[in-house]
Amino acid sequence: MTTFTYADAIRQAISEEMDANSDVFMIGEDIGESGGVFGVSKTLWEKHGHHQMWDTPISETAVVGLAVGAAMMGARPVAEIMFSDFSMLAMDQIVNQAAKLHYMTGGQLSVPLVIRMVTGTGGSTAAQHSQSLEGMFTGVPGLKVLAPSTPEDAKGLLRAAIQDPDPVIFFEHKLLYGGRGGPAGDVVPVDPIRFGVGRIHREGTDVTIVSYLRTLHHALAAAEELAEEGISAEVWDPRTLVPFDRAGLAASIKKTGRLVIAHEAPVRGGFGAEIAAWAASECFGDLTAPVLRIGAQNAPIPYAPILENTVLPTQASIANDVRAFMKRAR
Amino acid sequence: MTATVTKTLDERLELFRQMLLIRRFEEKASRLRAKGLIPGFLHPYIGQEAVAVGICDQLRDGDALTSTHRGHGHMIARGADPKRMYAELYARETGYNRGKGGSLHMMDADRGFLGANGIVGGGIPLATGAALQMLRGRTGGVAVSFFGDGATNEGTFHESLNIASLWKLPILYVCENNLYGEFTRQDKHQSIKDVADRAAAYAMKGVIVDGNDVEAVIAVAAEATARARAGEGPTLIEAKTYRHRGHFEGDMARYRPQEEVDFWMKRDPLDLYEARLTGEFGADADAIQAIRDAVEQQLDAAAEWAGEQPHPDPSESTEDVYVDSYEGAALR
Repeated sequence: MTTFTYADAIRQAISEEMDANSDVFMIGEDIGESGGVFGVSKTLWEKHGHHQMWDTPISETAVVGLAVGAAMMGARPVAEIMFSDFSMLAMDQIVNQAAKLHYMTGGQLSVPLVIRMVTGTGGSTAAQHSQSLEGMFTGVPGLKVLAPSTPEDAKGLLRAAIQDPDPVIFFEHKLLYGGRGGPAGDVVPVDPIRFGVGRIHREGTDVTIVSYLRTLHHALAAAEELAEEGISAEVWDPRTLVPFDRAGLAASIKKTGRLVIAHEAPVRGGFGAEIAAWAASECFGDLTAPVLRIGAQNAPIPYAPILENTVLPTQASIANDVRAFMKRAR
Repeated sequence: MTATVTKTLDERLELFRQMLLIRRFEEKASRLRAKGLIPGFLHPYIGQEAVAVGICDQLRDGDALTSTHRGHGHMIARGADPKRMYAELYARETGYNRGKGGSLHMMDADRGFLGANGIVGGGIPLATGAALQMLRGRTGGVAVSFFGDGATNEGTFHESLNIASLWKLPILYVCENNLYGEFTRQDKHQSIKDVADRAAAYAMKGVIVDGNDVEAVIAVAAEATARARAGEGPTLIEAKTYRHRGHFEGDMARYRPQEEVDFWMKRDPLDLYEARLTGEFGADADAIQAIRDAVEQQLDAAAEWAGEQPHPDPSESTEDVYVDSYEGAALR
């Protein structure tokens, strides 16, 4: 059995790209000798040294801003935001600078930059260390937004992101890291994965459940439950939110006729709203039921486990919601 | 210790020409905007010309700089072409940014001019990152970040200076203290008189220079660039200067006391330098007049050329959002 975890995947992707190109470097808080809060960068300092590992003070704006400036000069930085909540401190550099520089300068230069953000709940990590903010970034033209759900996808997509010429926001769910982060497990070779190609994790015929990051695993478990009750759910993972595999999702909807979207972000304004609106407009003829969106309640993430489990979608809540949806839809 | 920089008369006349080119470029842009030919914001650099020209005098190929919302002067001092600058202000296809940026985002990447910036303090971390890449590549290059007194109250300033000092990055932080952050006088927006004092908080060298004296600016730039290129780290340079006009075109700047305006108008950097040229340095009046005529001619021709340039095609509205848009999927 392999010990290749999601954290290993990310570490290996960075290390392999650093080996291939000396212009690749990491910049972020506590990423150096200490190996990072989640152990993701463990061994990278020893292996790649100061020249490719820039351990910064607690200065999120500078972490991103220096990465953008270096990228403008030809580097390929990988910036780490320890908790995606902290990206709010760096929004000017992400949204007003990185996302727009290629366009507003008439294509004079590009910003080949990856900003890794640790997203979602870690279990009672509460309101300022648990958010799922991807919808804030999918609404900004100029950014690409990735949300891998498995170690293989994390490695392949991160390698592609580091090689990509545009600024990429790379979400990593903290409860997917798997284990305590290091020492590194088996090195599993994974080729870079092309953006905009979704993946069917489970085939089904009655309903398509679109999901990503940790919620995808809840959706897969819920689909197993539902199968025993005679509901055949297809679980489809976009893997990249921008660009988005519309053709792939359209094909799944054509097959099932029903669409459910499940993510950890709040329902209101979540990326599911974009998927639902697109499907209602472009797949209307194939849909036999209204689209269902499942997400967090429209509330900050609470500390108490009992409250957190109420706010966030779980395997049980997804199974219940889809069960009720199928009853109405029949 | 101040580095001594000796200039020939021709070099001095060239410094004057550059300052005059900036001054006249801005005055003309102001008139063109009043005629309705320039659609967006303009923040004129008039009065601060000696800072841009003095600092950029010490830069080389491979160096990089970031600018501000008041960016035309830095761009011209770096050698950008006024024709393409006017074309950009006119929002034309052949402008520097192909009509997509305007005054606030003008860039000339080939000259290492990493852009004006619409966000106060927004360019400071970008220049710091450029300096990091120069350090990583051991290029011997230096980065310069220009900003105003107002920007020194932004977090980007403090975060960037802290890191630059820690890592000894090859960078000059050039604060053009023109006494006003937008409409607010310095004594109402910070409790220090000298921005250079803030260098001490980062164990950085801080120097104050008369920003209306181009050769004084050159002297501090020479020393700071030499230190940066030698791996001795960053310098915070505070150039004391004055914005002759309002924050932007259309701002009448009635919030400024008349005595203050009068005081600074008598310290016009072009007048001061012209007096030195014809007095101390022995330039003859014909040489100065020839520069005036040439600048007028160049800018007239530049504006005329810009006015004849094509508008961008509407189909270009979604060009260059991404370098690689995955067959347009990233745009949707």
